[in-house]
Amino acid sequence: MADIQDITEKVKAIIVKQLAVNPDQVTPEARFIEDLNADSLDTVELVMEFEETFDLRISDDVVENMLTVGAAIDYIAKKLDEKAAAGTPEA
Amino acid sequence: MKEARRIVVTGLGVVSPVGSNVESAWKNLLAGHSGIRRIPKYVEQDYRCQLAAEVADLDMDKYLPPKEQQRMDSFCHYALAAAQQAMESSGLQVGTDIAPERIGTLVSSGIGGLTTSTYQSQRLGTLGSRMVSPLTVPEIIADMATGHIAIRFNLQGPNFGIVSACASGLHSIGEAAWIIQRGDADVMLAGGTEAGVTDLGQAAFGAMRALTSSHNDDPEHASRPFDATRDGFVPGAGAGVLVLEELTHAQKRGANILAEISGYGATCDAHHITAPVDDGSGAARAIRIALEHAELAPEAIGYVNAHGTSTPLNDLVETRALKLALGEHAYHTAISSTKSMTGHMLGAAGGFESVVCVQALCHGIAPGTMNLATPDPECDLDYLPNAARELPGLQHVLKLNMGFGGHNAAVVFSRF
Repeated sequence: MADIQDITEKVKAIIVKQLAVNPDQVTPEARFIEDLNADSLDTVELVMEFEETFDLRISDDVVENMLTVGAAIDYIAKKLDEKAAAGTPEA
Repeated sequence: MKEARRIVVTGLGVVSPVGSNVESAWKNLLAGHSGIRRIPKYVEQDYRCQLAAEVADLDMDKYLPPKEQQRMDSFCHYALAAAQQAMESSGLQVGTDIAPERIGTLVSSGIGGLTTSTYQSQRLGTLGSRMVSPLTVPEIIADMATGHIAIRFNLQGPNFGIVSACASGLHSIGEAAWIIQRGDADVMLAGGTEAGVTDLGQAAFGAMRALTSSHNDDPEHASRPFDATRDGFVPGAGAGVLVLEELTHAQKRGANILAEISGYGATCDAHHITAPVDDGSGAARAIRIALEHAELAPEAIGYVNAHGTSTPLNDLVETRALKLALGEHAYHTAISSTKSMTGHMLGAAGGFESVVCVQALCHGIAPGTMNLATPDPECDLDYLPNAARELPGLQHVLKLNMGFGGHNAAVVFSRF
């Protein structure tokens, strides 16, 4: 299983830096556009940072539905689990 | 330009290597203080020219929230800071003193966001196409400085950038004056901005041997306009913005009128991509046109703020241009190059140096040309060597800039 706490911390750090918001604002319920004042370019850049940090590919239709911080964390955790399951098991 | 609508200057703002407000920059220029420093990274990485004139004393947090800052390249930071200073010094309130539709902006950059462009190109090469930032285009394009200024102050009149390399700032001031003259706006913010100190720029200008390489251990003496031992310019960064206003508009609101723009000329050498035409005839024509618009004889000019880059060719050709345009009077007018202290701020040069011209008119004194130690027999005019000079009764000042591409711009500022 993916380490949710580790993912949450990394996601939060990316959001705080990219959107220049206070860490307290970055709750799971926080909506990127309405609550964290992101515009469409910000959300694309955030996803790019997620992809780079977690070595993932996140498709555009997923991004459209990734409206809150919690949704981003859940999606990243799910993708990391899938990736781990598909990877070569250790001997 | 004299007939019909007259154009005056009612506000000034600067970001520069010699200070990032008008008062401190002016004080440093009069004192002969240089903003040129040795840059450790350029020493370590063996750049041909290891010197630069980076922006001094700019606290962007005073001008913009952090999130906005990280969404733009530094040439936009400089433009916004200088524009805000200019707006504040003009006292102009958009919406009260002027309708947003009647005020425009023409603050140009010769190059745009070169650092962003370099960084994102590296990401494209190393990480692939999907790792290029969605903010790349708005951070790179050179017109974005003027776009940001409009957004920040709600200026809905004419708005675009002019690209003419190192003449961009001065062309912008001249063209903005014409926009007011023809009635399309009553106020224009005009000038230039440049993130002129970048790794790629430093390497590329160095490669073409345009930069000095003889004074890497003696930064303050490296920029030596009109000196016989000059061997290239030093890159500089910053911005200069003027508030230009139609005279009656300024008078009605009781604005503090600093100077008048009385003439403007623009020409091209049509000769070579980087070298000016040998006899200076292209720049001389720009000066003559500016004088004609101003309805002034050459003898009226009391001070010339020269392009004076400190390259062997520029300073020689510019001297020839002044002789061609001003005749015998070229020997009698005061001339100086403030690039001896600021380095060459490229597209920002015309903006910053126009602020210097207005200050010279307001205070009756002109900064000197520093580091002019060995006279060049072919540069034999009065360049105010090594010290500022009081010019009592100064009435008319000429500003000249020349850009790669053969672009020449000349503006005459007059005491109002």
